[in-house]
Amino acid sequence: MSETESVDSLQKPADPSRRRLLTAATGVLGAAGVAAAAWPFVSTLQPSARARIVGAPVEVFIGNLEPGQLARVQWRGSTIGIMRRTDRMLSQLEGLNARLRDPDSDNANQQPPYAQNLYRSIRPEILVLNIHCTHLGCVPQVLPEVGPQPFDANWRGGFFCPCHRSTFDLAGRVFSGVPAIANLLVPPHSFIDDDHVIIGVDPEGAA
Amino acid sequence: MAKIANHLNRGATAVSDWVNERAGVGEFYKKHISEYYAPKNFNLWYFFGSLSLLVLVNQLLTGIFLTMHYKPDAELAFASVEYIMRDVQWGWLIRYMHSTGASLFFVVVYLHMLRALMYGSYQKPRELVWILGVTIFLVLMAESFMGYVLPWGQMSYWGAQVIISLFGAVPVLGPDLVEWIRGDYFVADATLNRFFALHVVALPLVLLALVVLHLAALHEVGSNNPDGVDIKANKDEAGRPRDGIPFHPYYTVKDIFGAAFFLLIAAFIIFFWPEFGGYFLKPDNFVEANPLVTPDHIPPVWYFTPFYAILQAVPDKLMGVVLMGAAVLIFYLVPWLDRSPVRSIRYRGWMSKFMLALFCLAFVRLGMLGLSQESSTFELRLWTFVYFAFFILMPIWTSIEKTKPVPERVTH
Repeated sequence: MSETESVDSLQKPADPSRRRLLTAATGVLGAAGVAAAAWPFVSTLQPSARARIVGAPVEVFIGNLEPGQLARVQWRGSTIGIMRRTDRMLSQLEGLNARLRDPDSDNANQQPPYAQNLYRSIRPEILVLNIHCTHLGCVPQVLPEVGPQPFDANWRGGFFCPCHRSTFDLAGRVFSGVPAIANLLVPPHSFIDDDHVIIGVDPEGAA
Repeated sequence: MAKIANHLNRGATAVSDWVNERAGVGEFYKKHISEYYAPKNFNLWYFFGSLSLLVLVNQLLTGIFLTMHYKPDAELAFASVEYIMRDVQWGWLIRYMHSTGASLFFVVVYLHMLRALMYGSYQKPRELVWILGVTIFLVLMAESFMGYVLPWGQMSYWGAQVIISLFGAVPVLGPDLVEWIRGDYFVADATLNRFFALHVVALPLVLLALVVLHLAALHEVGSNNPDGVDIKANKDEAGRPRDGIPFHPYYTVKDIFGAAFFLLIAAFIIFFWPEFGGYFLKPDNFVEANPLVTPDHIPPVWYFTPFYAILQAVPDKLMGVVLMGAAVLIFYLVPWLDRSPVRSIRYRGWMSKFMLALFCLAFVRLGMLGLSQESSTFELRLWTFVYFAFFILMPIWTSIEKTKPVPERVTH
């Protein structure tokens, strides 16, 4: 009797719903396995621990920076410009709003909250700016003088990118109608004392 | 003596039979070479497929030998290329064969694509051949871009900076994506090292696989021809197309002739004009990469300039990148945009001829505009518009124009 029973169960047609469930479960498990196995491969492409350490904050002495002078330092492979602007340069920033794309620095990605002001700086005269063009990363030239330029007959001083002719004022605010659409980036920075600025560290108490 | 020769001969036959029974090499040879019937009316335009294959072999061969001396390290890369150029015996030749080969690759591929556009080689049933071809073109662009970065000159470095930044235009994910591609907070050693891996291992494997599929798909449906006549519709008693001739010996001989002519030109460039006036290798790339100094002008190599001009025509980063990507990807749609009942331009109306000529003009003009820094925005936009109009209006002009009757058999 028991023998016939086992033969009967063998001859029963396969249950398609059980087969579907098994196939689906195997597929899901397999996909999860593939995703888990891909994780380490994708992660190796992230900046390594060494690259992260090399990207640590940089301290800069600015005591010898002359008025109107721009010093360039490297931080995380970007060129950071530190400029001691004169009063005349600061006055050049006013009255430009109509020609700027983001005059009030509303795009919060481009500066920390403590630099969201007319001068885009903590101290009005000291500008700390990542001077890579926000279009495609070239380093713009500094043309601080007021006067007509081939690319702008009404130039009020600022940065000019030779790659694709984007222009920025002396606070790194982008003009309208150029390829770049964002103001130059103000990196996190703070002052240790009157003559030292540290790039990569927010001021105490600021986020 | 004769007895020994006889023994050797029988031995060789036995070995080849043994292999054949186990691998089917003979069948493969018949299907793809000795009994692959290609239309007998191929013209000059049909050289560029086999020439692409020739350049691919050149790139692989010279590439392997360059790898034996090159160092994929930001500190050493530039010097190792100079070492290849100056100290490695005949290294300069291998390097110039590779760098000139890259530009010539695009010359023959662009002409190969133009051939397909002229004779409607993408039309049914060759859509898949076309799709695989466009994919080869895409991979080739990535391959050549990464190869250009390896010498770690100023143009390598800043070109990489510009191209990788394009991915920053992706909404939300952009900045993280860029960091992931570079493997550092800027274009650095990590970037160079991974580009080397992709350039010499990953992408060549992909490229080879795609070329095999491109040819397999072509041989399945058979080659098109300048008349666009389906030669399989007219077969003799033995089932061979009346207008077809076996690939070997007829087209092997023809292609060898074409290859010899091509190599003559290639050799002249390699020996006497390898930088090609700054178009193949830019003067700035003979200066070592310096992250602190941006060159005044960063134009891409000539074969990317049409697409680069389209990027420049748009005053918005995301839209510019989208449009540039669309300029390449839109080629995929051609088999479905073309509604013409005939394949070859020979039997189409004036509109097809005019539009194709206009498209070629736009492509060349955009290429020239993309090289210069002083291009007028108006002209950039005008030709960008013409470029896209060719594709977008294709369903209209191909369906309304009057076509000529296509002959039964191929002509000469």
